[in-house]
Amino acid sequence: MPDRHAPLRIVLAEDGVLLRDGLTALLGRFGHEVVAAVGDAEALCAAVAEHDPDIVVTDVRMPPGFQDEGLRAALALRTGRPRLPVLVLSQYVQRSYAAELLDTGDGTGVGYLLKDRVGQVEEFVAALERVADGGTVVDPEVVRQLLRRRRDPLEQLTPREREVLALVAEGLSNAAIARRLVVSEAAVGKHIGNILAKLDLPPAEDTHRRVLAVLAYLR
Amino acid sequence: MTARNLWQALAGRAYLRTAWPWRGVAYLGTGVVSGAVALVGGLVLVAFSAVLVGLPLLLLGVVALAPAERRRLRIADDEPAVDPHRTPPEPGITAWARTRVRERATWREFGYSLLHATVLWPLDLLALAAGLGVPLAMTAAPLQLAADGGHEARVAKLWLVTGYPAAFASAVAGLLLLALFLYPLGAFAAARAALARALLAPREAELRTRIGEVTRSRARLVAAFEAERRRIERDLHDGAQQRLVALTMSLGLARLDAPPGGPLAERLAAAHDQAGKALTELRELVHGIHPQVLSDYGLAAALADAADRSGVPVDTDVELPRLERPVETAAYFAVSEALANAGKHSDASRVRLTARHTGDLLTVEIHDDGIGGADPERGTGLTGLADRLAVLDGTLAITSPPGGPTVLRLEIPCRTGTHPCA
Repeated sequence: MPDRHAPLRIVLAEDGVLLRDGLTALLGRFGHEVVAAVGDAEALCAAVAEHDPDIVVTDVRMPPGFQDEGLRAALALRTGRPRLPVLVLSQYVQRSYAAELLDTGDGTGVGYLLKDRVGQVEEFVAALERVADGGTVVDPEVVRQLLRRRRDPLEQLTPREREVLALVAEGLSNAAIARRLVVSEAAVGKHIGNILAKLDLPPAEDTHRRVLAVLAYLR
Repeated sequence: MTARNLWQALAGRAYLRTAWPWRGVAYLGTGVVSGAVALVGGLVLVAFSAVLVGLPLLLLGVVALAPAERRRLRIADDEPAVDPHRTPPEPGITAWARTRVRERATWREFGYSLLHATVLWPLDLLALAAGLGVPLAMTAAPLQLAADGGHEARVAKLWLVTGYPAAFASAVAGLLLLALFLYPLGAFAAARAALARALLAPREAELRTRIGEVTRSRARLVAAFEAERRRIERDLHDGAQQRLVALTMSLGLARLDAPPGGPLAERLAAAHDQAGKALTELRELVHGIHPQVLSDYGLAAALADAADRSGVPVDTDVELPRLERPVETAAYFAVSEALANAGKHSDASRVRLTARHTGDLLTVEIHDDGIGGADPERGTGLTGLADRLAVLDGTLAITSPPGGPTVLRLEIPCRTGTHPCA
């Protein structure tokens, strides 16, 4: 495995036993440690207070109400500790969830992913590590919805630029985007320059700022 | 205009040439029979009631007689007399009896039965005897005379006829009298039928109560369906979806362990891919059954979500508070269907979605720039939605001239400030 991330101490909240155990095993496989695996929002808050983890991974829907308790807990945690990285997993894409998360702690160290993504184990773990490092990760599905909604200036973007934009919103670096699209890093840089210019966004070197700018624009 | 009952027939000029006079006669004739039977039956029941159980048996008699009388009313009136009784709230003889005893309709039927068995049927008989018997007897005078050998005959036991000329004159007079008497006879039968209808058929207030009951039971049904949808969604979410996610995760991990480039890695990749697709399909299916965003964030967010998913670009202008849950659900599915229709049939390039809640009325308008010509009669989807809205006293209006645009407007009355997530 290339450039392995330093081990992370994780608090995991997921009410499905099958998934909870699966995720614990998966993260262990990549050298991270799940210090607490809990099944509801209340236990999540308690576990965070007890273990002070590097990152929290939580499901949106949890007992007792099976609505958005997990997300509410994540938001509450972020209000108390704006620097605590949180990755929220959702059964389906909901723009409002992503928006509420990005509004906390400056949008740093937050991730919002479709639950299905855990199947793509390597990408999932990479996303988790990006969030732990203070990055912003938003599910490509959210970006796709936003792109579909906001049309006006986005219509000037070429298909390739749209692709790049989606990957930027996912929090990927230029190098990572280049690898994903099998093009040179310079080409990616050029695309991003074009996108920012067309959308009238300030040019930014820092990946994280760039993600936020793009998401702020899309919202 | 064809007459629907005896009254109308009496007013018509061709009364005597229709079947109506004879229907009136038949009504009275059967009335005599049914009344006599009711009298005998009633006396027997009273006798039994005295010895045995009292009122309940009489009640049974009434309950048996009234439907028969309602059916008999069809002879004199084409309009069926509807059963005025309610359905008992639960099965069983006790619940049935309790319902019947408490109903006014039962006691009106009781009154009618009493009247019918004691006063009405003798009156029927008298009317028939006078109106039909006398003219017929006069008409039969020649036959009567012939039977007597041509000497003399006492017509209708009233006056003496001694010769054929007089007998034939009596016959002619009898026929004329018959034609004349059929009018008052018809009028009597009509009045009789009107009385029966007044006592045996439901009053307007009772009908209104029943419509109210039907509406409420329909609303309960819709609520039950809604609850069932939620349950199915919950079950799929907790069951199949979780398992599939876990499966894709296991397959993803297995891929890491498989020697790259080998046949195993290839098979695993294919399996992984398929599991992923199944998961995506299941997610869409579950969302279609009941979108979680609707419960969590309400109609406004759910509409924005539906707009995001729409194949046709949607401009949304939605300002809504949280509304009652059934209203939110009905409105959401109506808009989803409308957006799907716009994508499938209208050839629209743009849809405008407006939603407001003003003065206890939710108004949603979906406006597309497509080719129009949408017919709610053909698409069962739209009709189903209209039905669903109707349960909530809502309405669905569609204007879709050929060439477009199609405008769909739905209105549902609902109160403000009721938060559904209590």
